[in-house]
Amino acid sequence: MTGRPVDPDVDLHVPRQRSELREAPWGVLAAIAAGGALGALARYGLGSAFPHRAGEFPWSVFWVNVSGCLLIGVLMVLITETWRAHRLVRPFLGVGVLGGFTTFSTYVVDVQQMVDHGAPLVGLAYLGGTLAAALAAVYAGVRATRLLARPRRREAAARIRCAERSEAGGE
Amino acid sequence: MTIVLIVLGAALGAPLRYLTDRAVQARHDSVFPWGTFTVNIAGSFTLGLLAALPADGGVMAFAGTGFCGALSTYSTFGYETLRLAEERMRFYAVVNAGAGIVAGLGAAYCGMAIAQAATG
Repeated sequence: MTGRPVDPDVDLHVPRQRSELREAPWGVLAAIAAGGALGALARYGLGSAFPHRAGEFPWSVFWVNVSGCLLIGVLMVLITETWRAHRLVRPFLGVGVLGGFTTFSTYVVDVQQMVDHGAPLVGLAYLGGTLAAALAAVYAGVRATRLLARPRRREAAARIRCAERSEAGGE
Repeated sequence: MTIVLIVLGAALGAPLRYLTDRAVQARHDSVFPWGTFTVNIAGSFTLGLLAALPADGGVMAFAGTGFCGALSTYSTFGYETLRLAEERMRFYAVVNAGAGIVAGLGAAYCGMAIAQAATG
């Protein structure tokens, strides 16, 4: 493991994330709730601007999920490899805004609705197309941010690791 | 009013995803992202149930768009799949993507079947 989290919401292998809830429980939960509400409103706004009927390809949910995946790739590289972010940045932007913006439940229920409305091929295309585009978007977000942030990256990564070790030592 | 209901639902769903993820991870020391898997299945089941019920607009805004939307997540699901592949755990990456989708669809159908049985 490189020390970077696998789970961007919370990875208990990372000392700083393991202790964040104990150190500032209400601050962390409030940041997540506020971010989640903003993300869900943005998703609702896009869904209202670009509505779809049951059985049609849900383009707004598709782009919400794909762009959310791109943004989480960018965010995670920035806060784990490039700069040492404030402790509420990941809970607010990653867990809250992007988690509330993107949705897995609407994705599967839309597939179910397409199958039930006699459009199984559209459902299958949506199912596979979202997965492929979302994974490509995460990859693109991570790679592009690493390329752009490369000059600062090595030095910053060492600094972040060093700070996390000293925090872990204090537990 | 719809906006207030979405805000309330999401403000409950997002912290619940975080707390569930923590609770699940604290009980398993595995690289497989069981926490995200759990919330996505739970969100899909609940939304499947709601979609098959004669739920009105307010209930759908609060529980569907707000709560289930914020409880479940695609960005975390996508990022975890990429991280597993990056860490040379390609098998886990493929299983995470495949099992997540199959279990999510299964959960949505279970929710729908239960709603249909309950409403006759």
